[in-house]
Amino acid sequence: MMSKTTTALATLAALGALTGAAQAEIRLGVSVSATGPAAFLGDPEAKTIEMLVEQLNEEGGINGEEIALTLYDDGGDPNKARTFATRLVEDDEVVAILGGSTTGTTMSILSVAEDEGIPFISLAGAISIIDPVREFVFKTPHTDRMACEKIFTDMQAQGITKIGMISGTDGFGASMQAQCKEVAGDHGIEILADETYGPQDADMTPQLTRIRNTDGVQAVLNPGFGQGPAIVTRNVAQLGFEIPLYQSHGVASDAFIELAGAEAAEALRLPGTALLIADKLAEDDAQYEVVTSYTEAYKAKYDQDVSTFGGYAHDAFALIVDAIARAGDSEDPQAIRDALEATSGLVGTTGTYSFSPEDHLGLDLSAFRMLEIKDGDWLPVE
Amino acid sequence: MTGRNKWISLGVLAVLIALLPLFFPSGYYYRVGALIFVNALSVVGLVILIGYAGQISLGHAGFAGIGAYACALAPEHLGLHPALALVLGAVVSGVMAALIGKPILRLKGYYLAVATLGFGILVSMVLTNERALTGGPDGMNVADLGLRSLLRDMGWRLSGGEFWYMICGVVLLVGAWLALNLFDSPSGRAMRALHGSEVAASTVGVDVPRQKLRAFVISAVYASVAGSLLALQNGYITPDVAGFMHSVEMVTMAVLGGVGSVLGATFGAAILTLLPQVLTVFAEYEQLVLGLVMVLVMIFLPQGLLPSIARRLKGRDE
Repeated sequence: MMSKTTTALATLAALGALTGAAQAEIRLGVSVSATGPAAFLGDPEAKTIEMLVEQLNEEGGINGEEIALTLYDDGGDPNKARTFATRLVEDDEVVAILGGSTTGTTMSILSVAEDEGIPFISLAGAISIIDPVREFVFKTPHTDRMACEKIFTDMQAQGITKIGMISGTDGFGASMQAQCKEVAGDHGIEILADETYGPQDADMTPQLTRIRNTDGVQAVLNPGFGQGPAIVTRNVAQLGFEIPLYQSHGVASDAFIELAGAEAAEALRLPGTALLIADKLAEDDAQYEVVTSYTEAYKAKYDQDVSTFGGYAHDAFALIVDAIARAGDSEDPQAIRDALEATSGLVGTTGTYSFSPEDHLGLDLSAFRMLEIKDGDWLPVE
Repeated sequence: MTGRNKWISLGVLAVLIALLPLFFPSGYYYRVGALIFVNALSVVGLVILIGYAGQISLGHAGFAGIGAYACALAPEHLGLHPALALVLGAVVSGVMAALIGKPILRLKGYYLAVATLGFGILVSMVLTNERALTGGPDGMNVADLGLRSLLRDMGWRLSGGEFWYMICGVVLLVGAWLALNLFDSPSGRAMRALHGSEVAASTVGVDVPRQKLRAFVISAVYASVAGSLLALQNGYITPDVAGFMHSVEMVTMAVLGGVGSVLGATFGAAILTLLPQVLTVFAEYEQLVLGLVMVLVMIFLPQGLLPSIARRLKGRDE
């Protein structure tokens, strides 16, 4: 009997939820991975966008029109992401989509956005999202290639020419590993050892020992995110490496220092965004205002520190709001896309964005800041 | 099941597939429908394996992965047409199932479950780690089938959603028809006999290992075709398709709807595909609700939703 009632309720709920559609001024759609394996990306992204929409509507919206947000959690599953993208376009009739926390989910949303002509700002890293340029697809995070270039530039300045790499086999690590190998030559860097580890591995001592036993290695580079880089950092300290360790922007959060331990992470370098050193930014820094207001509002609302990933969502939202305001017609996706492509000099938490028909990322290397961990805190390297 | 029952099941399915679009308020519902059909197809395969032959598999997403990646890889590397790639994927899956099925189908119960689980995880690991070939965890693009533009040239304009709804609906109907035919065939009877008792079945002349293997291979081909259809319709594929949770999801769909019944399995696939869409409002509780539904069904309707409900409607006691 009870189960019959449950089924009846579920069916009713199904009918109710499938027929209700939001009616409001500016319909904005979001699909991020707020739960699942990529939750550390999607959770701050979802929270950031919810907070910013609330703020904007309290302030009167865009040109007097409020934003109606539809946010779905795709759980990191590209198949679900595509379904939600279809739903956002066909059913919720949004004028723009933000999201795609991972490369996989982004690629799924991307084809829907391109097919239907809806502007889409991705929050994922891979260069393949914007290269080749697709008419309706933009993105906010730096590419992996830029992170590699930033790191190699710093190595060059240190006189380092021969390095060992240890990369995660997850999407992020794998993509960055490939990009770094591609651009290493341009910077006169030679990769002598190239090791990998699985995302769930608990010990990287064997790979690191092999790197240490390779003659001539002057530094270690570890592309990856999640727990892997923290373990690599600990293992490097345990093995008593005397050469510098470089991490990627994938671990640019305070949680990483906690996980790796301040002692092991001492003197480690990585390319990060202004968000990580929000409290150390000079007041005349171009990003000072946007970074401080975001970090303070986020901290006040959620009692959590901001992460680089939430910053990507912040910037995507700022970009789309700016574009809608300039487009004049908040109902026309094509006009919004055109306005988005004409974005120039918009200061975000990640960097300063200027899009063009050839460049749908709009950031350059200056957006990255080389950071060093000192006494458990981030310090900008001059 | 009598012959009449078979045609009733098929008829109900065909009418539902044909008439549901009349009630669709937007194109998004075609997408959900197509997903239900794809899931239902792999679940119908599991009905043959679990429901008919009584063998369990927790690794069928592995075959879906093989089918999906065949459609992604074969057009790129072998220059095959995507439709042929689907066939190639099905053949590879079938051969693979025959090879690994021989030793592991000797196992029973938990051991069989663990062995199949291992296979699924292996496939997913290969897809994740063979980056040069599969693009790794970021996945890869899948070539377009080309049929939609062909239809457009012939003057039949269909949106992507409508097209895939139709294709997947037709394939599901064919799949269901084949599975229902198998039920009453000599092989189907043999499978059901060994489900009841392997010893009894072998004493009356059923070649037990052979029939088990047959069920395993057939269900692998179903999963593979479903995986191919998913890849073709999404245009993009990642190793998630071969993931362990996908395998579990398939078995859950089968058990929820009624593992002995083709129509029930389709019903189970429909519910579990719809629920996450319905529950977006309280996405955090999605897993909780799914778990609860599952537990309640197992306790109160152990044969699955549809068979139990049908039985009650007929007024027979359980």
